[in-house]
Formats: sequence, C-alpha cells, structure tokens
Amino acid sequence: MEILVCVKRVPDTAENEFELNSDGNDLDRDDLVYSVNEWDNYAVEEAIQIVDNLGGSITVVTVGDDEAEEVLRREMAMGANNGVLLSDDAFEGSDGRGLAAILKAEVEKGKYDLILTGAQADEGAGQVGGMLAAMLDYPYASLVNKIEPADGKIKVGREIEGGNQEMNEIELPCVLSIQTGINEPRYVGIRGIRKVASVEIPVKGAGDLGVDAGSVGEAGAKIKRVDYFVPDLGDGAEMLEGSTDEIIEKLIEKLKAKGGL
Amino acid sequence: MTQIFAYVPFKNGVAEDVAQEFPDAAKKIDAGASVTAVVTGSGADLDKVANELTQTYSEVIKIDDTALAYPNAEIVRKALANIIPADAIVLVPHNTFGMDLAPGLSINLDSAYAADVIDFEGMDGGALKLIRQELGGAVSTHVTCDASAGAVITIRPGAFAPTDGGASGSVVDKSGDVGDLSAKRTFLEVVEAEVGDVDITKSDVLVSIGRGIEDEDNIEVAQELADAMGAVVSCSRPIVDAKWLEKSRQVGTSGQTVKPKVYMAMGISGSFQHMGGIKGNPFIVAVNKNPKAPIFQVADVGIVEDILDFMPELQEAIEEL
Amino acid sequence: MSMIIAPANYMLFGFFPTVIFSFFLPVIGVGLFTYIMARRIAPLVRANPDYRFNNIPERIKNIIVVWLGQIRQPRYMRAGILHIIIFAGFLILSIRSTSLVVIGVFDGFVLPGFDGSLGTVYNFIKDYAATAVLVACIVAAYRRAIIKPARYAVPEKYGHDHTAEAVFVLGIICTLMISESMFEAAAVAYNHRALGEAHFPAFFSLAWVFSKSLKFASLEFLQSLHIIMYYVHDVTFFFFLCFLPLGKHFHVITSIFNVFFMRVKKGNVKPVKYGVSDEELDNLESFGVKKLEDFTWKHMLDFYSCADCGRCSDQCPANAAGRPLSPRFITIKARDLMFKNYPIKSGVIYKSDKLLVEDIYTEDEIWSCTTCGACEQECPLGIEYIDKMVDIRRGMVEEGMVPQSLQKPLKALEKRGNPYGKMEKKRADWVKEKTFAETHTVKDLGKDSADTLYFVDSITSYDDNIQEIARRTSIILEKAGVDFGILGKGEKDSGNEVVRFGEEMLYQELKAQNTEAILESGVKQIVTADPHALNALKKDYTGLPPVKHISEIVAEKIESGELTMRPCKNRDKVYVYHDPCYLGRHNSIYESPRQALDAIAGLTRVELEKSRDRSFCCGGGGLMLFYEPEEETRMGVLRVNMAAEAGANVIVTACPFCLVNIQDAIKVAGKEGEMEALDFTQLIEEHLA
Repeated sequence: MEILVCVKRVPDTAENEFELNSDGNDLDRDDLVYSVNEWDNYAVEEAIQIVDNLGGSITVVTVGDDEAEEVLRREMAMGANNGVLLSDDAFEGSDGRGLAAILKAEVEKGKYDLILTGAQADEGAGQVGGMLAAMLDYPYASLVNKIEPADGKIKVGREIEGGNQEMNEIELPCVLSIQTGINEPRYVGIRGIRKVASVEIPVKGAGDLGVDAGSVGEAGAKIKRVDYFVPDLGDGAEMLEGSTDEIIEKLIEKLKAKGGL
Repeated sequence: MTQIFAYVPFKNGVAEDVAQEFPDAAKKIDAGASVTAVVTGSGADLDKVANELTQTYSEVIKIDDTALAYPNAEIVRKALANIIPADAIVLVPHNTFGMDLAPGLSINLDSAYAADVIDFEGMDGGALKLIRQELGGAVSTHVTCDASAGAVITIRPGAFAPTDGGASGSVVDKSGDVGDLSAKRTFLEVVEAEVGDVDITKSDVLVSIGRGIEDEDNIEVAQELADAMGAVVSCSRPIVDAKWLEKSRQVGTSGQTVKPKVYMAMGISGSFQHMGGIKGNPFIVAVNKNPKAPIFQVADVGIVEDILDFMPELQEAIEEL
Repeated sequence: MSMIIAPANYMLFGFFPTVIFSFFLPVIGVGLFTYIMARRIAPLVRANPDYRFNNIPERIKNIIVVWLGQIRQPRYMRAGILHIIIFAGFLILSIRSTSLVVIGVFDGFVLPGFDGSLGTVYNFIKDYAATAVLVACIVAAYRRAIIKPARYAVPEKYGHDHTAEAVFVLGIICTLMISESMFEAAAVAYNHRALGEAHFPAFFSLAWVFSKSLKFASLEFLQSLHIIMYYVHDVTFFFFLCFLPLGKHFHVITSIFNVFFMRVKKGNVKPVKYGVSDEELDNLESFGVKKLEDFTWKHMLDFYSCADCGRCSDQCPANAAGRPLSPRFITIKARDLMFKNYPIKSGVIYKSDKLLVEDIYTEDEIWSCTTCGACEQECPLGIEYIDKMVDIRRGMVEEGMVPQSLQKPLKALEKRGNPYGKMEKKRADWVKEKTFAETHTVKDLGKDSADTLYFVDSITSYDDNIQEIARRTSIILEKAGVDFGILGKGEKDSGNEVVRFGEEMLYQELKAQNTEAILESGVKQIVTADPHALNALKKDYTGLPPVKHISEIVAEKIESGELTMRPCKNRDKVYVYHDPCYLGRHNSIYESPRQALDAIAGLTRVELEKSRDRSFCCGGGGLMLFYEPEEETRMGVLRVNMAAEAGANVIVTACPFCLVNIQDAIKVAGKEGEMEALDFTQLIEEHLA
C-alpha cells in the first residue's frame, strides 16, 4: 500500500499558555513550543502498522515553512519512508480549501492507495481531509478509529456519538481522517530524530506543483482570521466562599433544593 | 436574499436538538433570511420528522430514498449537492456526522467552509462575520467568511438558542431530484459500545470525575461520595483514555448524553466536548482547584478546592444528615 | 598383618588394578568439565565489553570481605549461618579433595607443605569441617523440603519448582562428606584391628563416629568398604564438578570471579557501551540490550552466578507490591536462555529471532523497576540489576516501545526541560510566594554570582505542594551562612530518571545544558534537597564541582555550631526517618539526616525495621511518578504500614518524591489523621534557632 499522510506543525496545547501579543492581533508565540499535531501522529502510526502488515511505503507531507520540516523528520524517525515539504510564499494565508488544493496537486504527482489526515488540528475545523477527498473525487470517512485493510476495499470504523462505532466499507483509493485512540503510537526519541537528521526532504513550490497562485494563499482564501481574543467570561457560576465546612453547608442546602440528595 | 438551508439529522424518528437552534443561527447570519430545513432518510421515521419540523420551519425539504435509510454522509453529500443551490448558505451541526459531510459538500457546492461556529455577527455585503475557537477552546477568533458564492457552515450544538417553534410550514418532497446516489462507501453496521455495569444516562444525580482525580486509586473516593448521594459515577474522556473507567461512563460528545437533575463536575475543566454531553439544564456543581477552569463559566455553583480533599468531607457531611 | 590396601594398589577381583579407574576418572572428569566450561564461556566471548579491571585494591577488598568474609550472608541469619558453614567447609575440604584424587594414583601423596605439623592440624580441622557441612546440609535440606521459606517458591508463570534440584545437590554434598569420612574411617578401623594403630580421626567428628561404629567389622568388609567409598567419592566428586555448570550451583565456581568483578562504584549507570564515548554515541548501530548477546560479559557471568536464593526478590519493593517484576527471575530466565541457546550437547549456537522483551521478559516487567538498588545491595554474589534494566530499556526506547503514560513526560522534557511541560520561565516562580518573598530573596546566577549553587530540579520547582521544600531549603542555607543562588530558567531536569528509563540522548542533552550552565556560573559547590538530582550530578555527570545534600550541610553546620536547633515543638509525636533510596543506598548518606534530627531536643525518633541500606522504596521518583504500573498495592502504602507498625505517626523523609508518594499513600491507606509525612527541610527549618 502506498500511503500519504498529511501532517501539520501546531503549538502544543498541554501546558502552553496562550496570551495575545502586544498588538492584540495574534498570539504571543515567543514561548510556545510546537510539535506534530497529535491526530496526525496517530495517523502515521496507523500507516506504519498497515505497511508492516501489507508492505508498501509511507510518505509524510506538510504545507508550511522551513520550521515545519522538523515534524516531517520526526514522523520519518517514527517510520515514514519519505517526506515532502510544500513551501511557497504564495501558500501563506491559505484557508482549508487552499491547503486542500495544494495537497491535491501533490497527491496527483504520485500514486497513493490511501491518504490519511488527522481528524482535526489546532484550528479545530477538521476540514482538509474531506475537502481533499471531494476535490480528488475519492470516497471519504472521518473520525476513523479502526482500519481493517482488505483487497481493493477496506473496512473502516468511525467514532460516532454514544461511544458507538459505525462500520463502513470503502473503496481505494480513499481519504480517511484519523481519530485519536485508534492505536498506541510508538515512542520517537531524540536518537531516532538524529538518525534521520541528514535525510533529504524535497521542497516543492507552487511552480513544481502546478498550482494556480490565485486559488491558494491569502489571495484565494475565503476564510480569513481577523484576530484572536479571549472571550469576556460573563457571569458564570456562583462561587461559594468561606471555610470548607461553610461551603459544604451551603452546598448541601442547594443540593437538597435541587433534588440532588 | 440569502437562502439558508439547515440539514437536520434525526434518530429513531426524533430530530436532534440542534434543529431548534438553526433558526437562531440563521437570524444572526441574516435577520431577513428564510431558512429551509432539509431532511434525508427513508420511510415512516422520515415522514414523522419532516412533519414535526414544519412547526419550526416554513419549508421542509424531504428526500426519501432507500439509499439514505442510514445517514451515510457520502450519499447525503451527493443528494444535497444536487438539491442545494450553489450560492446558498448551508448549516450543518458540528458533530460526527457534520464533520463527515460538510467539508466535502463545500467543495461540491464550490462554497466557502467554516467549521464549529459559535456565533455570527451578521453579513457585510457578502462577508459573513463569525466567531469560532481554536487550540481546544483556549482562544476565540473573529473570522470573516466570503459567503458571496455560498457557504457551508457547521455550528456547535448548544451554542445557539433554541426556538419555541411557532411556524406552520410545509413539506416539499424532492426525492426525485437527487439523481444517482451510488457511492464508493457502503454502510455496514453500527457496533454499539459495550454496555457497562452501569447506565449513567438513567441516573438523576451524577458524580463526574475528570483529570483532577489524578490517579486510578482515587476513583474510590468519588464512588464513596456517589454512594452517599445515591448517585452514579461518570467521567470525562481522559479518564476513559487512561482506561481507568469504561467508555460507558464517559459523558461527552463522543460518549454518552446525559440529562440528570444534578451534575457534580469534580476536577473537570469543562471542555465543550464534555459539556456537550450534558442536556436538559441540570444543576451543575463544579469543584476544581484551578479558579480559571472554563467549567466555572457554565456551572451553577463553583467551589475552588482540591477534589481529593473536598469529596471525602462532603461525603461525611452528607452521611451525617 | 599388613595395612589396608589403598585404591592405588588394589586389585579388583584379584587381577584388575583399580588405579586405572583412579587415573581415568579424573581424566574424563576434568576433560568433560573443560568441555562444559568451554561451552559456558562461549556466549561471554560474544558479549559486549565491560571494564572491570579498574580499582584493583577495592576489588581485592571485596573478595576478602564479600566472598571470603561472606559479609552479606547473615542478613538472612538462618540461611546465612548454614551457608557460611558449607562455604567454609568447602574451602577447607578443597585441599583434602584435591589430595584424594591424587592419592588414588599415588598412594601416600601429601600436598607440598602438608607433611608435618600443618598436615596434622589440617587433618584435624578437616574432619570437623566435613561433619559441620553434613549437619548443615541436612538442616538445609529440611528447610528446603519441609519448612519451604517463601522466597524459594517459584510462582507458576516461571515454571516448575526448584526444590528438587536444591535437595539433590545437598544430597550430593552429603554423599561426598559421608563417603570421604567412611573412606577414612574404614582405613582407621582396619589398621587398628590389623596393626593395633591407635590413630583416630578428630574426636566426635563424623569420621570418628564411623570409625567407632566399624570397630567390629571384618577386615575383608573394611577393605571393600575402603575401596568402594573411595570410588563413590571420586565419581561423586567429578560428577558434581561437571554438574556445577549445569544449574544454580555454577556459583560455586563463578562466585569468586563474580565478586571480583562486582560494582565498586555505586549510584551511577553504565555507559551505553564501554569504550564508546558520549560524542561517539550517534555512530552506534544499536542502543541497549535487545537480544542476549547485547549484554556485557559481566552481566552474563551474573546470570551464571545466581544461586537462586531469592533474597533479591524478597527485598524488591516492586515484587512486594505485586508488580510483575521479580529480580531473581530476571536472572534465572536469562540464564536458562543462555543454556538453551548455547547447549552443551550439540555445540550449536541458537539465535533468538525475538527481542528479549518479546521472548523471556515482558515490557511491564522491565518498566516496573524503580532502580532502588535493594536487590543489588542484598545479593551475596554481587549480581547487578540496575544496569541491566537500563540497558533493556535503552533497547525498548530505540524500538519505540515506550508506554503511552511515559511518552508525554518524555516529550515535555524534550521541549521544556521538565516532565510537566511547564514553561521554562516559570521554573523559579517558587521564590515569588508572598510570605517568603517579603523576607527572602534568592540570587539568580544568570545575573549574580555566588559560591554555591542550589540545584532545585523539576519537581521542587514546579509542583505546588513541593515548592515549599525549595523555600525551606533556601531559608536553611541562609541561616547557615551559605552564599548561594539558583539557575532559574537556565536549569533543566537533572535527568536522573531519563537515563535510567533508557532515553540516553535526551539525558545527554539535559546533561550538556546543565553542565554548561553550572560551569558558566562559576560556583564552587552544589547543594540540592533532591536525592535524584544529587545522584545524577554526583555520579553520572562529570566535571562538576562537589555536590552535597542539604542534610549533609545541616549536620556539618550543627556540629560546627553554626546552626542550632530549638527543642522539639511536637513532643507527643513519634517521628521515624525513611531513608530515600537515592540518598541512602546509592549515596551512602544515612547518618547526616539522623544526626540533624537528633539535634532537636525532645524529638522522639524510632527506627524502621527496614532502614538504611535495607530501606524500602516509596514507589520511585522522576518519570516513575508518571508510569502506570500493574500492581496489587502501592509501595508507598506498604511503607506507611511499616511506619505505623514501628509506632510512628510522623514519617520524615529527605526526598521530594518520597514525600509525594508517602503523602498519597497515607490517603489511599486511609490513615489520614493517624499518620503524616514531613520533609526533612520542613522539620529542620521549623526548629532553626
């Protein structure tokens, strides 16, 4: 199976504190640390497991600048065979659709049976996979938490409400967006990353891909972020104050009134 | 005039709650716009839903086809692509179905796409102003969406106000207009989550634990409080991911939907995916040692304490009653 | 009448000289033994290098104290005494055994130097030695077969019980003792009867008893007995010699070597590969132990040397907590694999195609180890464990086999230099606490300079509950007149657990960053309140100024009078000091904290039964806090129960991880209100005059 996995370099959400910069139009990025989008990492692990079973190879691709290369290397240290960086000034400011168009151009340069993305990334939109599929006219399934490869058609399970799983059969080639928890990604240590430090990662621009500059980047974007803000928190909860005993007394009274006891 | 279409998912003949929220969203997009509901499916259930929706929408488009008996997003996408006019605004709920359907639909309709929108601030010419969040809800953003050639938008369930109804619309059957509904993805079956020992959806009072529980061994403390309250222990996603509790105990958009009278959120930060599993406006008590936890925005009562200290004390006090 | 005929001269059935047996038995025996030993040495020559020829004086001391002196044996008194008797007996009787072999060919042979008074004294002693060994073996067999002490039991998953083998060998030893004594007694009785010789074995020794009971036997009988017993002894002796390398009694041969080559330095971790410097690490094909031959020859020798005594597992806290780890079986399983892959019979070498952690070990088994060192401290044969666990972990990390629960803190360490993922600039936020900041300032060595560095390390810097340790330590240092500063955001995690969990290159990065920051600051000494940091900086890092623990400073200053302690504020409480593994066992600091506590007048202090180098690990520190082990109970809970049993209601500890684990354990054990945990710095600072 030839598998393409689309990955993205995103800020770590765990302990990063997000503050607005002094101009108020973007986040203060000085102290942020970045890494590969968690969902994308699950996708690469899944690809590795599929290839371990069925043979084939894995290419990881990202749209970004020089700094984005580090996530490609990390995924290659994990086990992806090749990496491709799609980078061009013209790509900056692309919305989801623009990214999908860029990725589509790359997909058409190869012959992939399976294209994976993470179910969502830092913007929480979960859009690129579905768009890419529609542009390629490939079938799509999102929030995939199980893949059972077979000949020509594969079985996939989707995570749906209530903890249930929707099983589908889907023809190849197809695009799948991968949900966290589908597998347990293997560890990638510093040593692994150093081992791939000098592997070549080709960089392709708009010209190499044959992408029309008007359809991507800021020029082609229909969605534009105006600013970041931290919302006005509003009234919220009635905060109980006092000693723990006092708080518990008040709480019990309220619970009795609401039928909680 | 802006044409707004709202796709309404349903289950067992009952439309999802978001159906009542679309009109508010549509009003905020364009107060003068008409909003048409669209339902797809097959048979009696579909008819029932379509008819009920006429109480909320002036027009309900019904698409009846055996291929749509189960909502396979790939097939629905094809159907909608043939029915919906190219420059319309289409609203879809941002849930597992919406995420499956909407991005591809926006390409088929050659429209803009905006996901998980929590508020609209009206249209300026063709530029639709909206608000959404990024980074797991840590920050909000103002976004402009060029909707002049149409837009597909998923809205966050629960972010818009439900209407009371008060319409008397009619059902329009467009089953014949959908064209070829074959797709390269076939629905097989739904594998239900394993029924655990306890059904949290049946309990009136829930003691729900999040990361603040810190360790699997501490779950006992929550269980003892639950016992004292006659409640059941539920949890947020991280607890299930760590395999400390079964999936059947998870409250949230990817877990169970609960409608208790009282919801004790212990050590839960209050992510919208978790809160999205709580319906019916219960009395929410939030205990969290972080005074800035988002849960304090949505709870009724807030207490800044370490749950590991607070729960045993609360339990003792209740037992003394 | 003539003397009894010796085996060297005897004619079987009147014509067959038994001396032929006397000659060929040793030849065959030694030949077979040599072949077996060659097969046993085969894997060692394929193993990785190990530098064990340094520190010769220390090694000779170990031979004398650990091997000859058997100093670790009495830690289990009953078994220890028995073993010391058998060991001493073996040493003494080795001379007799050697002579006996030669006597079978050259009658009347006496080892050089053993003619004359030394010989007489020796003969006297050897008789008692044989008697003592026999009695000890009988008691030992009784213990094994009837009493069955728990630590010898073999849990089902590890295979069949080992009692049969143990009793069999004890039987062989008894046979040797009896046959040798009987051989001698027959000659004595014969010669007494035939020639009136009154030369008897040592009074009340086994040989003496035999010779008295044979008083009325016929000469013919005695002659036959003498010959038969000789060859029984000879055959048994060479059988035993060849049997030794086949099982747990291999230690009889390897013990002296294993003890010579045992660790002389404590607390440090072996390099990835001896002979490969830190800079050359990138060139290595593979890290760690993935298959058998990746172990060093000393580690393989360890596997051979295990006497299956179970003391390591008996002391192992992970084992006590019901984790899947039993150190004894780490060794036995590896030994059995060596026997399997390098069989004696065919001379073929088998290669396992599976990784060790897929074959004989499980991943959980390997991650369960807290590196506390109790096993290594206990082993009378100097068998090591920590380096092996670290090496196997290095292999697993390289293969990506790291539990999900550890991946997050490792990634955080990579990105932020601490396992919590918190921002670097917040590392020194603990100094800003309101009440503290009002009266104390702490120097930032990025801007200021000072004599001493207070290395805070990650948990004390970032954990809300533990930051108090940093503040108290600062106050203590201030009052002690120490000019100190902190590195603040220039400090990274010391990496003590990072290297022990097998992430070598991340550890190298942390070490490089810390070393640079420390050397740039120009400090002359380093102090820390975190024993894990102490250990890393002192034992694993190189080129740093001397490192001390805060308890050492406190004890020194109390003695010099620079610090005085007020009387105890809580006279009704009973305090007990828990020795942290990385302060005690790994760094031998036992007395300083106790001296400091005892300087507080009126403080009632008791000792735990398992204290000092027998201390019981709290559950582990560093990355171990994030690991989710499979266990029946928490190690901390076991420790809290021990403290309660000792009659204490306050556990004092000198390690932030011990504090966290014990505080949690008190809650889990439901002992809140009955037991509390205090850090050393808290107790001391409260009582500073």
